[in-house]
Amino acid sequence: MNEHQQSLWEFMQQQAGKLAVQTMQHIGLTFISLFIAVIIGLPLGIFITRKVKLSGPVLGIAGILQTIPSIALLGFMIPLLGIGARPAIVALLLYALLPIIRNTYTGITGVDASVKEAAIAMGMSKWQVLFKVELPLAMPVILAGIRTATVINVGVATLASYIAAGGLGEFIFGGISLNNTNMILAGAIPAALLAIIFDFLLSRVQKLNFKKIRNGTYALPVLLVLLSSFYFIPSAYGSKLTAGFTPEFMGRQDGNLGLESKYGLKIHTVVISDAVMYKAAFEKELDVISGYSTDGRLKAYGLVVLDDDKSIFPPYYAAPIVRDESLKKFPDLEKTLNLLSGEINDSVMTELNYHTDYLHQSPERVAKDFLEAKKLYKPSREGTAGIIRIGSKIFGEQYILANIYSMLIKGYTNYDVATKTGLGGTKICFDALTNDQIDFYPEYTGTGLLAILQASPKTVAQVTKSKDSTYNYVQREFEKRYQVKWLRPIGFNNAYALMMRRQQAKNLNIKTISNLKRYLSSK
Amino acid sequence: MIKVDGISKQFGKVKAVDAISFEVQAQENLILLGTSGCGKTTTLKMINRLIEPSQGNIYINNKNIFEQQPEVLRRGIGYVLQNNGLFPHYTVAENIAIVPQLLKWDKKKTETRTAELLEKLHLDKSYLHVYPNELSGGQQQRVGLARALVSDPPVLLMDEPFGALDNVTRSNIHKEFKALDELKRKTIIMVTHDVQEAFELGDRICLMDKGKIVQSGTPAELLFSPANEFAKDFLKDQRLQLEFRAVHLNDLWDLLPNLAPNNEATSLSADIDVWSALEGFKFGNQETVNVNRDNDQYKQVSFEQLMAAFYQYKKQAAA
Repeated sequence: MNEHQQSLWEFMQQQAGKLAVQTMQHIGLTFISLFIAVIIGLPLGIFITRKVKLSGPVLGIAGILQTIPSIALLGFMIPLLGIGARPAIVALLLYALLPIIRNTYTGITGVDASVKEAAIAMGMSKWQVLFKVELPLAMPVILAGIRTATVINVGVATLASYIAAGGLGEFIFGGISLNNTNMILAGAIPAALLAIIFDFLLSRVQKLNFKKIRNGTYALPVLLVLLSSFYFIPSAYGSKLTAGFTPEFMGRQDGNLGLESKYGLKIHTVVISDAVMYKAAFEKELDVISGYSTDGRLKAYGLVVLDDDKSIFPPYYAAPIVRDESLKKFPDLEKTLNLLSGEINDSVMTELNYHTDYLHQSPERVAKDFLEAKKLYKPSREGTAGIIRIGSKIFGEQYILANIYSMLIKGYTNYDVATKTGLGGTKICFDALTNDQIDFYPEYTGTGLLAILQASPKTVAQVTKSKDSTYNYVQREFEKRYQVKWLRPIGFNNAYALMMRRQQAKNLNIKTISNLKRYLSSK
Repeated sequence: MIKVDGISKQFGKVKAVDAISFEVQAQENLILLGTSGCGKTTTLKMINRLIEPSQGNIYINNKNIFEQQPEVLRRGIGYVLQNNGLFPHYTVAENIAIVPQLLKWDKKKTETRTAELLEKLHLDKSYLHVYPNELSGGQQQRVGLARALVSDPPVLLMDEPFGALDNVTRSNIHKEFKALDELKRKTIIMVTHDVQEAFELGDRICLMDKGKIVQSGTPAELLFSPANEFAKDFLKDQRLQLEFRAVHLNDLWDLLPNLAPNNEATSLSADIDVWSALEGFKFGNQETVNVNRDNDQYKQVSFEQLMAAFYQYKKQAAA
């Protein structure tokens, strides 16, 4: 336990610069949106106390906004406002609106009627009644609303990192992707502290100011503006191009760290979620993104992969891996599976993924169309010589491969097939294989090397120099340790890759990552 | 001074006030008396335009109030509420200074005037900087009164001003109210449902029911020549005490026998009412008292003679 804490502390010290920036961004995001929410919510709340008929609809709409899941709300913002600070601020402000409007309304309608009557009867104008009587007396309730909104915003602002707006979410979600507890805590603890501190401070303001409220009302906006200024919008400064990388990519040696150390690439980078990254590149919000080389969206959004000329991304060649026992039990299996070997290259796989991910065709149909085009398709023999169990992980590409193998086995052998698709991540799939619950599934060499064998950095550096040496190493080690055989590679390499818009890459004459680096360092 | 001319107020289908007219003379104290829902408060609030009437006109000093800006009108009319309506976030001094601030008085003037009023209302200076919730109910009501009086408006509207007070506090405040010279110069319209209070404080009383005036007149007129059964019934419960209060020794002067004053007896002013005179007997422990009229005419009166004169007066009034 002690050791663990120390390493968290070390991590935070090591990342102090980043942590400070993220914390500032987090505070800034929270308070810019809060400030705007107050500017909108307070007058709106006052307005509906004057037009009570509108109070139902206004509070209703604000309530509905509140119930939209935060990720979905951020998602809605992208087509309207793109990525970065603007959509994040708008989403946060929509969340902050309800407590502010509602508490303003409740606070003002809750002011003692006889006090209001006295104010009017003494000859105060409408505005004097509002500013001298209603607002000061409603202020504790209004402040309670602002306090609620602040705490909500500190929480929701962690999600801003999904759409490249920064904040402590970068550490939290990076940590989750990388399974790095220290990183998660380095983001989560400051976020929690911010929520607690702001809640406490506002609770003090709430109590302090009841009597001397008139001074307090001036201090609050000043404070809000001050805190808002913590956020400097990550616009394209100091760099000609903007890159958007996933939190996972940011923290990996075979990711951004490698780009910096091996290529010396210095590019203005924002952190963004995989889900919106491709679209953002397409919409010219981003110029360079980190993706997977066979992702269907590559084709959908007209992106090209930059050549990794210094080989920092380890090869992720796909091949079926089979239990030795199954190969013995089903003698026809190996040659049938090898029918696919060399048939699918990167662009073919991208195309197939495009059909399922983007055109939403079923994996069966895509598999059959592919086999027919390659003239490999044979109708099922309805064989009964035994059942082969195929596994697959839980994403589109694996579903397609599982379907292709299933059709090949049914068409070329007398075996029947049972598919166990959607087996979560690598660990679940591989455990199913070694425990004799499936006979084979498609795996990637890089995953085998890093996730299953967990090779030492030295070994990794050595064997990832070429795709063959990686393949040979995992094949040898799997046989030795697990009695599992890597059959011949299918042909495509689903590795990390940097991508750009085809047109822009052509215009700038960038084909490789080295080209990109040269372009960025030229003045 | 104040002329209410055919004023009506309709809330939806309900006629809260139905074509009421009355006049209040300068420095007169008019009481709007009635049960809850009779329209008395609505009538009062139309005079400073807290409620806009559906029909009719109101004139103050011959000026139609509906032709004036409501804020300006209200700054010239003092208003006292049942629940005092003090601003909880203002100190006593700040509460009193609200109208002066609206009228843009300078600070010095406001302070002097505030100090003067506090003294008249028997409030200690140390209360100036406390908040209303630290004061007792009676003190709060006095501050409310001070706030209404600070700019010395000629007209004062009071909406059940003593309704929230306990009996002892109320009767103390009643006494101060009657003794306060500030109030003697004012034209006051006060709403109450308390018959005792109406008779004690009112020069004239408007008895209201269902949005209309049932009878208006001096307390004695209401008591001794009620306009109808409702007016009679309304005063039934406390009739005897009210009668003692409504009749003053002046009214009985001619009915009292002409007896030379007794030098050893206490002297009572003829301005007091019969009730107070009876108390004079009780506490003086004497057979007779001397009643003096305008400090130059004296009569010696015994308890029996006083009662006889009172009953004779009643008979004459009823006839």
